[in-house]
Amino acid sequence: MSLDLLTYLFIGGSFALYIGIAIWARAGSTKEFYVAGGGVHPIANGMATAADWMSAASFISLAGLVSFIGRDGAAYLMGWTGGYVLLAMLLAPYLRKFGKFTVPDFVGDRYYSTTARVIAVICTIVISFTYVAGQMRGVGIVFSRYLHVDINTGVIVGMAIVFFYAVLGGMKGITYTQVAQYCVLILAFMVPAIFMSMQITGHFLPQVGLGATLDSGMSVLATLDKLSVDLGFAEYTAGKKSTIDIFCLTAALMAGTAGLPHVIVRFFTVPRVKDARTSAGWALIFIAILYTTVPGVAGFGRVNLIQTINGTDDANIGTEYEKMPTWFKNWENAGLLGWHDYNGDGKVQYSAGAAFDGKGGKPAFDGDARGEFGERAVTNAKVNPAPAAGAPFANEVYVDRDIMVLANPEIAQLPNWVIALVAAGAVAAALSTAAGLLLVISTAIAHDLMKTCINPNISEKQELLYARMAAVVAILIAGYFGINPPGFVAQVVALAFGLASSSVFPVIVMGIFNSRMNKEGAIAGMIVGLGSTMAYMIYFTFMGGSKDDLFLGISTGGFGFVGMILNFIVAYVVSMMTPPPPAEIQEIVENIRVPRGAGVAHAH
Amino acid sequence: MSTSSQDNASAYWAENLRIIITYLSVWFVVSFVAGILFVDQLNAIPFFGFPLGFWIDQQGAIFVYVALIWMYVSSMNKLDEKYDVHE
Repeated sequence: MSLDLLTYLFIGGSFALYIGIAIWARAGSTKEFYVAGGGVHPIANGMATAADWMSAASFISLAGLVSFIGRDGAAYLMGWTGGYVLLAMLLAPYLRKFGKFTVPDFVGDRYYSTTARVIAVICTIVISFTYVAGQMRGVGIVFSRYLHVDINTGVIVGMAIVFFYAVLGGMKGITYTQVAQYCVLILAFMVPAIFMSMQITGHFLPQVGLGATLDSGMSVLATLDKLSVDLGFAEYTAGKKSTIDIFCLTAALMAGTAGLPHVIVRFFTVPRVKDARTSAGWALIFIAILYTTVPGVAGFGRVNLIQTINGTDDANIGTEYEKMPTWFKNWENAGLLGWHDYNGDGKVQYSAGAAFDGKGGKPAFDGDARGEFGERAVTNAKVNPAPAAGAPFANEVYVDRDIMVLANPEIAQLPNWVIALVAAGAVAAALSTAAGLLLVISTAIAHDLMKTCINPNISEKQELLYARMAAVVAILIAGYFGINPPGFVAQVVALAFGLASSSVFPVIVMGIFNSRMNKEGAIAGMIVGLGSTMAYMIYFTFMGGSKDDLFLGISTGGFGFVGMILNFIVAYVVSMMTPPPPAEIQEIVENIRVPRGAGVAHAH
Repeated sequence: MSTSSQDNASAYWAENLRIIITYLSVWFVVSFVAGILFVDQLNAIPFFGFPLGFWIDQQGAIFVYVALIWMYVSSMNKLDEKYDVHE
């Protein structure tokens, strides 16, 4: 069967499955809509959490990122899993015992303040929107590459599917759809990884294969180190960023992970406090299956990429453009690869350094114009470029990091059904996360703003209607950003983690572990944490702040950690200077510390 | 709440905090001390074909996290029974 037909079958089949589940699990009440009725089994919830958490970024981008930056990629691997330890021990069980629907619910009630609630609502909405735009874009990229439709058409189809099951099913529909999506995405990630590990090392498990010894007598990692150094890149197993920067980035990603509203809310859906803990354990197992495979995929992909482009003959580096495999030309047509023949030998050669001027080294294509060898012509080729420091020749190729996972099966020449499966997996990863985020947005608007802040007298039916309307609006806005993406998606996602780690995470932790914490402290802490982190990110990302001015050399992604520390300090000092919270609030705190009597999640 | 149940709750909470601190110390040492601060020193040690520091960074730490959460789950379940606050 042709690849196109297979891809349509796999993606179409998975969509039919999701829609079927959504119809079976329609939500009838606000409780079902917000927290799936509070009766989800911990294993199912763990799977749903894993699918919710693993977005297009984890599925498509993470392995590419690790592949291109080597050991420093560990900040993301540890940051995005280590956060679950914090979540399981510091947040999930207590929030489940508290037993409301949302993060702003907790912040507003615990700090007896509408201001605190509104700040939490704003954080929730900003974090979720920045995140969801990237997901829609991911769906669009997969559709345009594999189904040859326009990226925009892809985004619209994705919107329609999410619309169907998020609006109809609410949390209940989303939860059970996510269980199915987890199965699709993990299969799609593992199958090519296992194939590649077998091909390159003979080991079945990529986790083990990465440590294997190759026919050449060198281990995979030693080979990677040598290939990298020979081409002028830094050693694969050595770090490039400063230790303090990696430290802060890892810490910020961990606290940010634990503070993301769409992850926290998943722990409201299980029946008991005990189940919230267990559920975090299951979620991390399901996530770890993918995350521990990522370094293998990254390493094998890197070896394959370099050897496919440069060949294995050290004396005669490069491959003629005509002889490059189809995947190279396909991704070039999709605009994510570019080549310019600087030395005029008709061969593609890859080494360290930017291949093109400006735009972060990305090629600017000259419409559909073609060059001498049939490659896409670019308008920003360099003039007589010198090789980068340590590189044997000037780099001629731009390879977008995001194509690593998607192109891997083709680079490794795996059968067509594997390629189709990967496409379906990428769509599942993007849709499951998008749905979870959209639900959080609609809940924040219908429940936290309409019902709690503006008009407490609306009936449950009206509230449900508002929630569905908010979901519709949120999908439309997300789709808009998917079609017209802001040119700085990566920075915006960093902002989401920064906000979560500097505001949501500390305010909840203090609410549980410090019964003396009052509303003055919490509000001051949130404002300082949030304000400092946002100011730092905006100054260095959008206002051209120079790298030399970075505080202790900490990059914008890591500053969320500093913001979090500031939040804790300011909140503590301010709370000590102001009156303690009322007795009934201290009683709430005593109450959430003890598991018994959680009951089901309840409304006000 | 009567005085005895309050004492019970405080004792439960104190033990709960001790458990959390123990596990989070391991979490911190593995991720930050071994995985980041001393990673270059650990890289000198070979570990099944990996430099040890690199392995902890990219795989080992994640296995430790999974183990930590499940040990925490079991410790807390026992603690809940002991203080009779389980559901």
